[in-house]
Parts: sequence; structure tokens; C-alpha cells
Amino acid sequence: MAKSIDVSDLNIFYGDFCAVEDVTIPIAARSVTAFIGPSGCGKSTFLRSLNRMHEVIPGARVEGKILIDGADLYDPEVDPVEVRRQIGMVFQRPNPFPTMSIAENVIAGMRLNSRKLKKAEAAEIVEGSLRRANLWTEVKDRLDKPGSSLSGGQQQRLCIARAIAVQPQVLLMDEPCSALDPISTTAIEDLIHELKEDYTIVIVTHNMQQAARVSATTAFFNLAGVGRPGQLIEYGPTTKIFTTPENESTEAYISGRFG
Amino acid sequence: MSSTLATQPPPGEQATPKFTARLHSPQLPRWVPWALLAGSVAVGLALHFMVGWGRALAIVVAWLGYMGLLVTVSGRVEGRRKAKDRLATWLVTTAFVLALLPLGSLLWQVVSNGLPAINAGFLNSSMRNVVGEGGGIFHALWGTLIVTALAALMSIPIGLATGIYLVEYGNGRMARWITFLVDVMTGIPSIVAGLFAYALFVIFFGEGVRMGFGGAVALSVLMIPLVVRSTEEMLKLVPNELREASYALGVPKWRTIIKVVLPTAIAGIITGITIAIARVIGETAPLLIICGSTDSVNFNPFDGRMMTLPVFIYSQYKNPGVPPEFGIERAWGAALVLTVIVMTLNLVARLISYYFSPKTKA
Repeated sequence: MAKSIDVSDLNIFYGDFCAVEDVTIPIAARSVTAFIGPSGCGKSTFLRSLNRMHEVIPGARVEGKILIDGADLYDPEVDPVEVRRQIGMVFQRPNPFPTMSIAENVIAGMRLNSRKLKKAEAAEIVEGSLRRANLWTEVKDRLDKPGSSLSGGQQQRLCIARAIAVQPQVLLMDEPCSALDPISTTAIEDLIHELKEDYTIVIVTHNMQQAARVSATTAFFNLAGVGRPGQLIEYGPTTKIFTTPENESTEAYISGRFG
Repeated sequence: MSSTLATQPPPGEQATPKFTARLHSPQLPRWVPWALLAGSVAVGLALHFMVGWGRALAIVVAWLGYMGLLVTVSGRVEGRRKAKDRLATWLVTTAFVLALLPLGSLLWQVVSNGLPAINAGFLNSSMRNVVGEGGGIFHALWGTLIVTALAALMSIPIGLATGIYLVEYGNGRMARWITFLVDVMTGIPSIVAGLFAYALFVIFFGEGVRMGFGGAVALSVLMIPLVVRSTEEMLKLVPNELREASYALGVPKWRTIIKVVLPTAIAGIITGITIAIARVIGETAPLLIICGSTDSVNFNPFDGRMMTLPVFIYSQYKNPGVPPEFGIERAWGAALVLTVIVMTLNLVARLISYYFSPKTKA
């Protein structure tokens, strides 16, 4: 079910401004890949290009190739809507739909696409997704309450449940824990460990312990300089990046001697 | 008091206790402003009844006196900052009362003059063959409802679609032009809208055309920019994160707009539409031109003159008949009915925005 991603010579532009330059990285299926690096170095931009989400910003475009299991993601015949059905995304800030209840939020991916769901089937998906997101016990008695009535951490787990309910093949997570307390963070990391059996997971994080805990592969991004595009400095097995990185700036960053 | 910083503390004296002392500045007890107000009112009453000043003058003097007293007392006891705060509060209160006075006075006039005219006969009969006493607004009430409903029927889809286009799709020159033209439309005088509708219908039906539908066209010229504006403002308030969340689930843009963006903004949009309806329902000039004026009931908006409430008020006031009391009374009665309709619409808008807006509480 999971798919691998192959990125080669990727440049990402906003208008004339090149935000990310020359990224080449393979992302293995059924594993967790973490992107680390300072703010503004293009990690999120790169992540969003993996399911063509950056296109919703006017003027954004890419050059280069992204292959999903060998198929070109940016082929003119590829429908971005279809891409996003297979490559789900969890955002930095929780964004449940305010007009929907907790249960409706979980099955929003089907409901919004007008897929017919039997009641039992819907209930099953709701319970299964919420259980996997470690939220079920907290909300099982108030599934019809609005999603925005939950706390921030619960909302984020609700958004994760929503993203995995449509059973994507790849799950992109853009700093999913940056607004969460350590307990919720642990819950989400447990979830990531569980999900990697079935999914390809790419996670952007500012928390280096988190990258070390959850990922098999780590990629370090950095700015070439002020006003210059972000670059992929190096990637490799997480243990290697965190113990014997090849690049000096990587070592400086992970050991906190940056800048 | 306020010169603490300027005077150097004598050597040896510590600055810290002074600072702590300043955390507790003296405050006027809560009853003092009320007592001052009561005193000012008493002085005002005395000036009016014992000295013989006019009512308005006494009120103004008492109110200004209250301000002077309050600021002086507060400045003495509490210091300059608190005194300024009290002055600002006084100014805001004054502005609030000044703004409410015309509204209150207007409502009082309309209700007290209009209420005697309202009865079943007034609401149920037209002005056909009525000279002097009797008659009513049945024809005008229906005319207003039909013309306004038709105008809303035309303006809401156009305005809503334009607003959606501007926020969700429009970028570049096209959207800028549309925004500019909508702004121009907002500023069109209503009589010009009426002349436009007349000129338009003359093309098809010849000189002297009068019909309710023409009035609806004129009103929708006035209403469309209002609907566009309010839709635009409400859609802009929908956070981009919700659109992105929907896209990330593989939902196409049009479904995202219909099922996520619109439901999130629907309360504000409906409120805006209701207020736009309330705004055009009282238009007189364009309806005078294209709908004309008649004494009879006409349910067909595509044929012949159609009376509306604003035009009814105008014509009853202009030609009250002999004796004039009955015509004037009918005008007030119609004005009351129109006001009630507008207020009901505003109330409905509030209820809608209360019930439809996304709930945050569990």
C-alpha cells in the first residue's frame, strides 16, 4: 500500500524567487523520513511539493522530477486532486472544520467527496481512525460535538485521524507536534511508529530528539545564505546523521552550535 | 504626586518603598460619579423649574457641569491619567447618546403617529375608490413584497457568485476591474438606478412603460453590490487553513468552496443579504419612476403599475385629499409597517447568524 518517493534535481519557485534548490533524495516506503533544519530553509515548501499542495499559492511552481513509485508526480496529465487523495497531509496548526462534528471531521475526506457511506461503515471508520490517533477514549461519548470544542492537542490528533481515515499511501506531517504538550507528542510519536508499518511517512520537525526517536532516515536542510534558496545539505540513516554527520554545518546544527 | 520622578530622593532614602506605595493609588469610591451625576441633574432641574431656563439648555448645562465636576474631582483625588480616562468615558457616552437620540425620536414619531392608523381594514384594503376616510395599504404591501422578493431573487445568485469569484478565483486584472465596478455600483444614486431600469424597459415595451419587474431590476442594481461586498468580506474571513485541509484530503476546489468555505461563512453571508434587502426595501425614487403609483391591487409584476409602501407613503403625503388628516394618517401607518418590516428583517438576520454560525462550545 505504501509508496516510495524519488526526488531528483528539484527546484521550487515562488514567482521568480527560488525557495528550494537542487534537492535530490530518495524516500523509502514504509519508513519514517525526518526533515530538520533552521526556520525558513524550505523544509515545509519541499514537503508541500510532495503532494502538490504548494500549488495553491499563486505563482508557485517546480522544476525537476518527483517520482512516486516510478510515476512522475508533475506529469501534465496528473490530477493534483488525485495526488492528494493518495498523499495525505497533517499541518502544523490543527485545522478541524468548524462546521462539522468530531465524527464528521473524521470522515470529512469521504463526505466532502460525496462518497456514499453506510452508517455502520462510517462508524467503523470513525472509531478505527480515532483509535489509531489515540483519541477514541477521550471523545467516544461526544462524537456529535463540534470538532473545535476540543483542546489544541486533541484537535491535532483529530486532524491526524482525518488524514488517515482516507487511507493515503503517504502521510506528510508538517511539524505536527509543535503546538502539543509532551504527553500528546508521545501519543503522536507512538502513532507514527504504528503507522510506518503501512504508510510512508515524511515529517518536518524542529525537535531533534523527536527526529532521532521516530525516523529511520534524516535529511538536513539549510539556507545557502540570507535571501538565497534553501538546500538539502545531507541525508542518511538517522543514527549516522546524529552521530557522525559528514557535513560540518549538520554537526553544528544538531549539536546546537548553530549560527 | 506626578512629580515623583522629577524630584531626586534625598541621599540615603530608598526608592523601593516609594514605588510600592505607588501601586496603591487613591481611587474614587464607586458611588461618587453617580452622586455627582445626581447633583448635576438636581442643578439642571433647578435651572429649569426655578430659574426658568429652557429644557434643552438645562440638560446641556447639567451634562457639561457633570463632566467638569467629575474630571476635577477625579484629577484631585486619582491623578491625571484617571481623570483623562473619565473624560474619555464621558465623551464616548455623549457620542453614544447623540447617536441614539435621532433613532429613538424617529421610532417614537413613527409609532405614536402610525399606531392609530393600524387596524385590520388598513392592512386588508386597497385605496380603490377611497376618498377621505378608510382605505389601506393592501396593494402597496403586496407590491413591496413582490418587487423586493424579485429583486432579491435576481441579486442573490449574481452577488453571491461574484463574491465567490472575487475571493476564490479572481486574481489579476479581471478581479481588480470587477472590484472597481462594484465600488462604482455601490455609489450609484438610487434615482439613476430607476432611470436605468426605465430606459431599459422602454427599449422593449415603448415609452411610458410601468411594471413591478422594472422596479425589481432597479432595486437589484442597488442590491447586487451590497451582496457582493458582504459575501466577499465574509469569505475572506474563512481561514486559508480550512481550504488547505480540504485540498489535502483530495477534495476538488469547487467542492471545497461549496462544502467547507460557504458553510463556514454562511451565517455572515445570510446576515449581509438580509441587511441588503432591508436597505433596498425602503427605496422610493426608482420605484416611483418605473413601478408608478396606483390605487388598485396588482399581483402581476409584468403588467402595469404596482404600488409599493415607500411610494404609497410619498403619494399619501403629497396628495392627502380633502380633508387631509386621513391621507397623512395613512402615510404614518404605512411608514410604521415599513419600519416594522425592516426591523423584522434585521432581527431575522441576527437570529440566522446566531443559529448558523459555527459552534465552538461543546
